[in-house]
Amino acid sequence: MSRGQRSGATGGEAVAGAGIAGARERRVRTGGIELCVAELGDPEQPTVLLVHGYPDSKEVWSEVARGLADRFHVVLYDVRGCGRSTAPRPLRGGFTLEKLTDDFLAVADAVSPDRPVHLVGHDWGSVQGWEFATVRRTEGRIASFTSMSGPSLDHFGHWIKKRMTRPTPRRAAQLLQQSAKSWYVGVLHTPVLPELAWKGPLGKHWPRVLERLEKMPAGDYPTASLPRDAAHGAWLYRDNVLPRLRRPRGDAYAHCPVQLITPTGDAFLSERLYDDLEEWAPQLVRRTLAAKHWVPRTRPDQLVSWIGAFVTAKEEGDPARRVVASGPHADRFGGQLVLVTGAASGIGRATAFAFAEAGARIIAVDRDAEGAARTADMSRLIGAPQAWAEVVDIADGTAMEKLADRVDADYGTVDVLVNNAGIGLAGPFLRTTTEDWKKVLDVNLWGVIHGCRVFGRRMADRGQGGHIVNTASAAAFLPSKMLPAYSTSKAAVLMLSECLRAELAGQGIGVTAMCPGLVDTAIANTAGSTGAPADEEKRRQEETGRKDPRRNYPPEKVADAILRAVVRNQAVVPVTPEARGARLLSRFAPRLLRTFARFERRV
Amino acid sequence: MAPVTTATSREAAELKSELRGFREVQRLAYACAEAVAAQLRPGVTERTAARMQRDWLRERGVRDWFHLPFAWFGDRTAFVNFRVPLQFFPTHRALEPGMPFILDMAPVHQGFTADIGYSGCLGLNPVHDRLLADLEAHRDLILREVRERRSLREIYEDVDRLMVRQGYANRHRAYPFGVIAHKIDRVGARRWSPTLFGFGVRSLRGLASDALRGHRDGWSPLWSPYRFSDHPPTPGLWAVEPHLGFRGTGAKFEEILVVTDSADPRESAFWLDDDLPHVRRRQEERAA
Repeated sequence: MSRGQRSGATGGEAVAGAGIAGARERRVRTGGIELCVAELGDPEQPTVLLVHGYPDSKEVWSEVARGLADRFHVVLYDVRGCGRSTAPRPLRGGFTLEKLTDDFLAVADAVSPDRPVHLVGHDWGSVQGWEFATVRRTEGRIASFTSMSGPSLDHFGHWIKKRMTRPTPRRAAQLLQQSAKSWYVGVLHTPVLPELAWKGPLGKHWPRVLERLEKMPAGDYPTASLPRDAAHGAWLYRDNVLPRLRRPRGDAYAHCPVQLITPTGDAFLSERLYDDLEEWAPQLVRRTLAAKHWVPRTRPDQLVSWIGAFVTAKEEGDPARRVVASGPHADRFGGQLVLVTGAASGIGRATAFAFAEAGARIIAVDRDAEGAARTADMSRLIGAPQAWAEVVDIADGTAMEKLADRVDADYGTVDVLVNNAGIGLAGPFLRTTTEDWKKVLDVNLWGVIHGCRVFGRRMADRGQGGHIVNTASAAAFLPSKMLPAYSTSKAAVLMLSECLRAELAGQGIGVTAMCPGLVDTAIANTAGSTGAPADEEKRRQEETGRKDPRRNYPPEKVADAILRAVVRNQAVVPVTPEARGARLLSRFAPRLLRTFARFERRV
Repeated sequence: MAPVTTATSREAAELKSELRGFREVQRLAYACAEAVAAQLRPGVTERTAARMQRDWLRERGVRDWFHLPFAWFGDRTAFVNFRVPLQFFPTHRALEPGMPFILDMAPVHQGFTADIGYSGCLGLNPVHDRLLADLEAHRDLILREVRERRSLREIYEDVDRLMVRQGYANRHRAYPFGVIAHKIDRVGARRWSPTLFGFGVRSLRGLASDALRGHRDGWSPLWSPYRFSDHPPTPGLWAVEPHLGFRGTGAKFEEILVVTDSADPRESAFWLDDDLPHVRRRQEERAA
């Protein structure tokens, strides 16, 4: 289909881009050049205008545009000099932000003459977007602006000035950090050299560089027009960067609501650049994404969800604070799909609630139907846009496979998987029967294996990152003669997590093993004990279930630690102080732990 | 036989008039809570709310207290980050729209004591509504198990389990001794009624002497999760205060449960008054 598009293109002088499947193309004339504009979706719907960056063409948005097209009127255009748009003559002085603003207004007037458009920009598209969103002459033409990986040059100028005039150690460090990331800007200011590189070896190897360094999936992007786009685009820097950084505008206040999406692994922009942004954009909505620079290629689904939610909220006239949930890490987990097993009680339920407070969509999985339904119900009350309960025995491989299929079909791909369900079993090894072993391993180990297998595979297949959290235990590195079966299963979970982490690291999927210590949950009440008659077991359960008021570590704190671990992509997280102590001892004084292991102690 | 029956009938009459006194002061306290709650506006602080309760009750003749009025706003209703008892006292936290609040007071009026807790919120708060609705299950559970003469510690644990099942945290654990209830009694009127850390000295003395007596006989005036509460309910008046917490939102009710030594289960324990705001609310919801 891309070939067909290419042959249908009219601009004979330009090296053709690949075009976007199913898009209606037209050309808009402005200021002596012709812009190639592509449209998807129903023109009656709100218009979302996507502006690409450097060195890109509008095809960088192909995935995002496709995702948005069923709800919105999606418009993309090649920035002057890129893709199938023509370049100004002469090039010098033809790429100033003022001229780019003319282009934007021409496109907006052509595609949506009566209604303001929702602007989305990536990289230089976002730099331009900030200009559009802050100059007076576009007022009333922009309904909202979603910015990713591209600061306003004016804000950037003020940011640098502030740090130069009073360079505290922290500010100096921030300056140094950002200048280390901005090395290429200097290179682009040299004459001729960048053009030669792009038209020569760099242009040839660029797709491989992106694949290697940016983990961009191979495919139809970058397009064949790359060397020309990149060579022309150098003038974006030469025409704008120095003048704006030297004399940043003092009135660069956004006149529309702004959503800022910050990739945490961006090689070119420091997260600190956006520290004072609320000053310039009062109704700022922040989102954070664990990804590298080219998010439109690597995380299209997430962008579609956030852009869609923001645009819809603005169309419906919601105040800004309703877009993002109130809880901590709402910038990171808003709208994501989180599946928690063992969600009917204890740590699982608290984790579901914590994610719900961060605005995630929740799937609460448990054997206990009533408890899971209750968790889903309460999750909706505290901020989850959607929440469902699923009744599944995680030890059952086929049931898990079915669950994964159902989740995939009904709710989408899971972004964060929390394999939390587990059962306790106390009693010495020689009194542990085969059935006891089977029961513990089926839930504690096979449950985790099934979860990682069925959901991990789908996560990896999607290729847009994700995270898996497995609840191990401090018992995983704490030998004890009282808990052989439980500790063994948890040690296996710990090692499984570490191996899986290594395997999935290349695909942007993090794996965390949580090792809570003694936490105030029902696991002790419901724990079995080996070789004990039923009434004795009940008595023991009551004994251990009777909470020790001095050891009252709430599951909510473990849930907070889980969210933090996902945000920071931690590998192994001992949670309670005794778990941390045990981990230290297991590494530096294992003999001491072996001595402790021989004591009989309460579970 | 005859003197015994006359004695019990006289006791019954005495009990009846006594209960009337307690019921009146409990109604007075709830009226105060409703009056103050109706006056709460955004910007009112906990201290102001506590003073409003104190003034309202003083105007109506209250001179002594089991404890002085408390007011908790926002996440303080769930005792978030409470570490020392001093944090129970009213602060300068200001009320905001949508915030839950709890008013808790224990006035002594004409020798009768009440101890009540009133939960509300300023405007809409679906989480708070759910908490209030779920509290009712605890009211039923407590009464049923007291009538079954289960040990107080057991009942405490059953309440705890129900809370966990509902997905809530037990916040009465934060109270002194982690009590879900405590005994209250008559306090003789005196001209001078000093307080100590917000508690009426003479009420405290009554509680302490009960504790001493109970210690000898194997019971306690504090209904707690500890071993000293491992006994069947003792006759008397118990101010019961289950307190739910859910992620920064808390709700409780507190009212008097009468426990007698009657053999008839219905007479052996009953709520002093069924015409209270949280009970009415539930009846209205049922009707609707």
